[in-house]
Amino acid sequence: MITAISFWVLAVVAVLSGAAVFWVNSMARASYSLALSFIAVGVQVLLLQQNYIGVVTILMMVMEMAVMAVYMVMFMGMNPALMPMSMVHDKRQALAVAVGVFVALTAGVLLVPWPARRGAPAEDVTAALGEELMGPKMLAMITVGVVMAVTIVAGVVLAAHRTRYDRFGDDLRRRPAHDPQPGGVGR
Amino acid sequence: MTLQTVLLVAAALFSVGLYGALSQQVVVMVMMGLELMLNGLILAAAGFWWFLAPDPSGQVLLLVIIAAMTVEMAMGFAVATLLHRVRRVDMTDMAADLSG
Repeated sequence: MITAISFWVLAVVAVLSGAAVFWVNSMARASYSLALSFIAVGVQVLLLQQNYIGVVTILMMVMEMAVMAVYMVMFMGMNPALMPMSMVHDKRQALAVAVGVFVALTAGVLLVPWPARRGAPAEDVTAALGEELMGPKMLAMITVGVVMAVTIVAGVVLAAHRTRYDRFGDDLRRRPAHDPQPGGVGR
Repeated sequence: MTLQTVLLVAAALFSVGLYGALSQQVVVMVMMGLELMLNGLILAAAGFWWFLAPDPSGQVLLLVIIAAMTVEMAMGFAVATLLHRVRRVDMTDMAADLSG
């Protein structure tokens, strides 16, 4: 009973705060609303007995929204907590598509004859996940690891103000390097 | 709490996120819409895992979804930073060179 009530309260919080992201009139409030939505979903995942995934979702998204708030202060060129904004295009079409997708998904959810549950969860779900990742699903873990590493490199390359191509030219052969401030040994 | 109710909530989150991703002009707000869609996916995958087949493979799928969210956010911030530095813009409509 308590689980059911908690689930519905969290569901309302998740959906309403998710909708508030595009409804409140400042980006700082929008990012806090999104963080609240993620926390509600994270707790719902905890209710579904996935302790590790739920906690990771909450921790990661709260940090991510904090980064997002800092990012907006840095780049948006306005006080994001105070400045009202409404920057949308094709609002009606977007609303129509979103409602259409929701109706289609709802129809699928209600009409599909879902099968009965197969098997039972492990006693320690988190330990079972760890053993799975370090055993039969090692390939998934390796792939995620490589993708993360590539993301770090690609993110730095895209975001960096100057790279080695700016210093050494497109063929990396320009010497001396083109630096705004000459320096280094012998220069 | 049943599979259907969990999936309905997930569908609502996904649809709200889709509305945001389609309608917002600011790059960061578009990213927020995508995040909300992935939020719905996490809930749906967790519901499928618990109500249909609670074996560890389903949790691995959830971990992959969370990793995808991280990658989306990191690359989105990097591209938005690049866009801002090169053109001084933060709106999708001002970076529509490839549209059409």
